[in-house]
Amino acid sequence: MFTQQIEDDKLTVSIGPQHPGAGHFRFTITVEGDTIVDVLPDPGYVHRGAEKQTEYRNYLQSIPMLERSSLTDVTNIIMPYSMAAEELMGIEIPPRAKYLRMIMSENQRIISHLYWMGIQGIFLGHSTAFMWPLGDRDIFIDLGQMIGGARITYSYAIPGGVRNDMPEDFKDRALKVFNYFEKRLVDYERIFFQNPLFLKRTQGVGVLPRSEAISLGVVGQVLRASNVKSDVRIDEPYNFYRDIDFEVPSFDTCDTWARCMVHLIEMKQSMRIIRQCLDKMQPGPVRAKLSPQQRTVVGEAYTRVEAARGAMSYHIISDGSTKPYRVKISVPSFRNLIALKRLLIGSHVADMPAIYWSLDYWPVEADK
Amino acid sequence: MSSPPAKIELPNEEKAILDSVASKLGDKVKVLFAKPNRIKISTRTDNLVDVAKFARDELHFDQCANVTGTDFPKDKQIEVTYHFGSIDDAGLRRVILAVACRVPSTAPEVPSLIDVYPSANLHEREQAEMLGVIFKGHPNLTRLLLPEDWTDIPPMLKAYRLPGRLESE
Repeated sequence: MFTQQIEDDKLTVSIGPQHPGAGHFRFTITVEGDTIVDVLPDPGYVHRGAEKQTEYRNYLQSIPMLERSSLTDVTNIIMPYSMAAEELMGIEIPPRAKYLRMIMSENQRIISHLYWMGIQGIFLGHSTAFMWPLGDRDIFIDLGQMIGGARITYSYAIPGGVRNDMPEDFKDRALKVFNYFEKRLVDYERIFFQNPLFLKRTQGVGVLPRSEAISLGVVGQVLRASNVKSDVRIDEPYNFYRDIDFEVPSFDTCDTWARCMVHLIEMKQSMRIIRQCLDKMQPGPVRAKLSPQQRTVVGEAYTRVEAARGAMSYHIISDGSTKPYRVKISVPSFRNLIALKRLLIGSHVADMPAIYWSLDYWPVEADK
Repeated sequence: MSSPPAKIELPNEEKAILDSVASKLGDKVKVLFAKPNRIKISTRTDNLVDVAKFARDELHFDQCANVTGTDFPKDKQIEVTYHFGSIDDAGLRRVILAVACRVPSTAPEVPSLIDVYPSANLHEREQAEMLGVIFKGHPNLTRLLLPEDWTDIPPMLKAYRLPGRLESE
């Protein structure tokens, strides 16, 4: 839908909800000349009531439904849910399952970042930067398929551990892919991230200072690009991230360029994490014994992980039955939405796509 | 935990928070649980803003990470829980402070914390439409995620049944 309304010297333009690049989300901007003076985000076009639907399902049954809201990031979106369920059930998952969760979640992070990069490329009019990442993304989807069995939705990190072990030839295949992709990242940096046009369109654009990033409560790449070295994997280590050596990128320029660079560096670090996991993991069981109708204790759990787009948390309140009493999902996209208005006001219309997609805002995830 | 968990020693930061809460807020709050990384306290609605200001200024929790509204029809109450996190204070980043307050279902009114925590803005709007809670003082408590033509009761109330679902489910 595209409506225009002229009032004095201002023009109101409605963008979306037909897929302004990344799902069904609409925002209305008011422009004066080509400067944006007001922004009205209007999410909710893909709200599917995931939280309500969990009331009708037991802990295990909710998993395939919950992961639908973030198809590029399915392991990370259900991992905190499983962690919360495990806390309420009082079970500890086997070490190998923790390593497998880390491998899948880092693989997922690369898949999500490559998708982000493709769309950012097309938003900036760079069609090579659209096709290359989406092509390479398939290789990582293949890796995920080797473990999870499906291409996109694995339902892998279930309460009690993971669904199945990885095949024996996974390590060889993964190392081959990483050797290829590490060279490929150098190419990406050269053709896209150091491209003069890319620099011109992102540097100094959409600056979110550190203090505002903190008070607005943004997460993930947006927070790290605003000169905050914060990552749930470091702040509150889950699985075995405490034993893994990796870096959290952060930049003091606080602009769109920094948000893009954080994505690039995180892909390198994710491969580094998977390499270490593959070296450290020992054979063993991958799932704790669990009844499908497993009971929980009365109480509540608040768990969080660093998903591809930032801190993802679940707040589950249990009344001791086999179904959760209340599941509250706090997703990174929803938390970053508040920054959209702050960043767009005062910027030019031409900078809007670059700023919008640098937030990696995923409408389906935000709407739940 | 199915068996009573072994008493886990609280880390120093959590102990300091509990001491500070006990000495400065006193009767205004009740500690519901305190475990490593997670503390939950409850308060009355008229003290909520003071507690939030205390959490921000004295305890250095600088953002609101989540707001959960939960309907308890048996108690005829709705619980609104704010989850505060810290970013600036790196030692506190692992801790989440939950502040809960319960309001009667018939008049669910909670003071908005948007002036204390600007990051609570969208979270409060979401819970307002999902549970019908009115966050007094919120400047823009309009529809966020629900369809524009939604005429039913707020969907996260337990009285709302999903279409097609039986009463027994």
